Amino acid sequence: MRRTMLYLPGNNPNMLLRGHLFEPDGLVIDLEDSVSAGEKDSARILVRDVLRGGEFGNCEVTVRINAADTDHWRNDVGAVVPCGVAGLRVPKVENPQMVRDIDEEISAVEARSAIEPGSVKIFCLLETAMGVWNAFDIAKASPRVTAILPGGEDLAADLRTSRSREGTELEWIRRMIIVAARAAGVDALDTVYPHVNDDEGLEREVGFIKQLGYDGKSVIHPNQIPVIHAVFNPTEKEIQTARRIVDAAAEAASRGLGAVSLDGRMIDAPVIRRARYTLMRAGLSTDLEMKG
Amino acid sequence: MELNAVHREIPPRIDGYGDTSGKLFEGAFARHPSGYRSGARMRSFTPNSGSKLSGSIKDAIKASGLKSGMTISFHHHLRNGDYVVNQVIKSCAELGIGDLTIFPTALFEVHKGIIPYIKSGVVSRIMGSVNGAIGRLVSEGGLGSPVVLRSHGGRPRAVISGDVHIDVAFIAAPTADRAGNISGQMGSAACGSIGYAFTDAEYADVVVAITDNLQSYPISPVSISGIFVDLVAVTDFIGDPAGIVSGTTRVTRDPLRLLIAKYASRLIEASPYFMDGISFQTGAGGIPLAVTSFMREAMKRRDIRASFGLGGITGYFVDLMKEGLVQKLMDVQSFDLEAARSIASNPDHIEISADWYANPWNCGAAVNMLDVVILGATEVDVDFNANVNTEADGALLHGIGGHQDTAAGAKLTIIAQPLTRGRIPCVVDRVHTVTTPGDVVDAIVTEFGVTINPKRIDLLDACVDFAASREIPLIPMDELAAKAKSMCGAMEPIRTTDRVVAIVEWRDGTVIDIVRQLEKQVS
Repeated sequence: MRRTMLYLPGNNPNMLLRGHLFEPDGLVIDLEDSVSAGEKDSARILVRDVLRGGEFGNCEVTVRINAADTDHWRNDVGAVVPCGVAGLRVPKVENPQMVRDIDEEISAVEARSAIEPGSVKIFCLLETAMGVWNAFDIAKASPRVTAILPGGEDLAADLRTSRSREGTELEWIRRMIIVAARAAGVDALDTVYPHVNDDEGLEREVGFIKQLGYDGKSVIHPNQIPVIHAVFNPTEKEIQTARRIVDAAAEAASRGLGAVSLDGRMIDAPVIRRARYTLMRAGLSTDLEMKG
Repeated sequence: MELNAVHREIPPRIDGYGDTSGKLFEGAFARHPSGYRSGARMRSFTPNSGSKLSGSIKDAIKASGLKSGMTISFHHHLRNGDYVVNQVIKSCAELGIGDLTIFPTALFEVHKGIIPYIKSGVVSRIMGSVNGAIGRLVSEGGLGSPVVLRSHGGRPRAVISGDVHIDVAFIAAPTADRAGNISGQMGSAACGSIGYAFTDAEYADVVVAITDNLQSYPISPVSISGIFVDLVAVTDFIGDPAGIVSGTTRVTRDPLRLLIAKYASRLIEASPYFMDGISFQTGAGGIPLAVTSFMREAMKRRDIRASFGLGGITGYFVDLMKEGLVQKLMDVQSFDLEAARSIASNPDHIEISADWYANPWNCGAAVNMLDVVILGATEVDVDFNANVNTEADGALLHGIGGHQDTAAGAKLTIIAQPLTRGRIPCVVDRVHTVTTPGDVVDAIVTEFGVTINPKRIDLLDACVDFAASREIPLIPMDELAAKAKSMCGAMEPIRTTDRVVAIVEWRDGTVIDIVRQLEKQVS
């Protein structure tokens, strides 16, 4: 599950050691925007040491590296991949070639650090109009790509607009990215909600992206985590319905029946898949079977 | 050197304090009084006695008969807004009175105004908590005699038992009348409860009320009766209202503190005390207030009503009473204007004295009725001993407050705080100063979970169901201490000289620990 991916500044040991305590689904340790140019090397060393310490609860641990147009990204990959991160979040991805370049670098580091080849995933941040336009091709550029995400401030600037509380400027982009993600078979994750004291606004925005089909959202402040989980967590009624669907499907399968009916309504494969997903989000099933 | 019951070496004699033999801490409830209470000077007042009113603080000091070498007392209800202590000390200096022992219930940053008078010998001794600049001065050896630290309950015990005799009590009075009746509930310096001043009024030889709001006789309500008050000094301002308000009534947004508060409130909910009639003390400050807010949700969810809230009272507690979640408030100190307004208007909001609140040597203080208390500490150790007096650099910076009293009285004493402050560990092998013994501390709550004193097997059992569903992460003390060590590394040991600059008394008057002078000046 990637309902909540909490950003942790790579230069802040207090947060790096404690981010997992807030129980997000994932952590994004940031070496990019939250670290100033002069601190890049020291932050990289700090992050490497914290990753080696390796206490992150059940979180999926990822690192946001510096962008491909900087001098830092290769050093970032070289430092953190050997520590066993689950994935790298790559900023400002604009075209499939950038993904292939990163992929190649990761493969080289995996090989020399005895990390299972292909195990480190790529999360692509699409922070320009070009990146968003190429979303599908980017998502298909490497089997490592596991999610695509729209940018926030950078994207607004590239679109020659600004961030609004309603997210008007992101509306079409969010729709496009979910379609590209599903077509490519990767997760769609949303950008952060920057107003950390506005729980109601956050709830509204999460309600919207959940309805679009998003798998989760980047998180800028730990207090946002329970709000987002509450929206993504299925309601008691949804859980009950899902359980009945999954049970009915299981029973039909055990009796060798192809078609399943529940309350006079035919239940087909997508409905069953969605019900399983609901149970998984409720923490009641680990039976993913979601891809494909 | 002898060891006391918390294994602290106490010198047999301390200059400026006296012999410690027979006064070593033996255990939280080991010592009991015998004999009779000490008393104040008898006085009479006739129709011909004249007026109690003085036109100035200086005139009142003259009329009080205060002489060099005497002991004077103050209360701290005006907190960092208090003008009275500085004015009285300055007036004493101008009158040529020196070598005074001051016996405040607490001193604040604003009182650094008396530092020149400490240096010039007007003030030669302090018995009471010292904060901020004065604490630093004392730690560096700037006071001739050691400071004696007592808890909110230990202080009235010391007065009533005769350990301390107050020659003149100066009582800041937000409202008074010409007969010396005093209230904290009205006036521009209104502070609500003036509970810390009650014992001083009853036991001092001379009592001087200092007010900036003289009202016609008789005022109502009356907190301290004029039968105890000799003189009434009228001055322009006794305090700055902005500095009188302390603590916070807004629940923190700091995620770490919220997380700690969440674990603490779950521990309370899992404990056997979470039932109708529960009583608790949470005080002011980020974590305790957040605990109160989580408890509010839990009480609503489980349809539970608290019998009373105790101690320092905030507007947040007042709201809980208005909501019907708490039936009574027992208020020794009102932290904000909402609490001050409430105590003036709601009979269920009761003003209590420090004696009633916390004195171990009376027929039953309110702390003994307490189910749950949430406390902080600058550090705790693997034996659950808590230090609230000295900082990581060994400097004396905080008073005891009600820490010892509530920990001893409550059925569930929780110390809730982050595991580290910056790179300073808050859980260590051995605290620099023992304020409160581990025997009366039941649980430490940090962002890494709940650490229960192994003596409380019942509490561990109560948490198991919660812990199974990860609602209360339980972490044993040795793991917690190891985690703090691995996060912070080894601390440089604190270097001190042999000279004792402060004595920490347990609430029963025994010596639980001493604070020694720092070897080099703290920067």
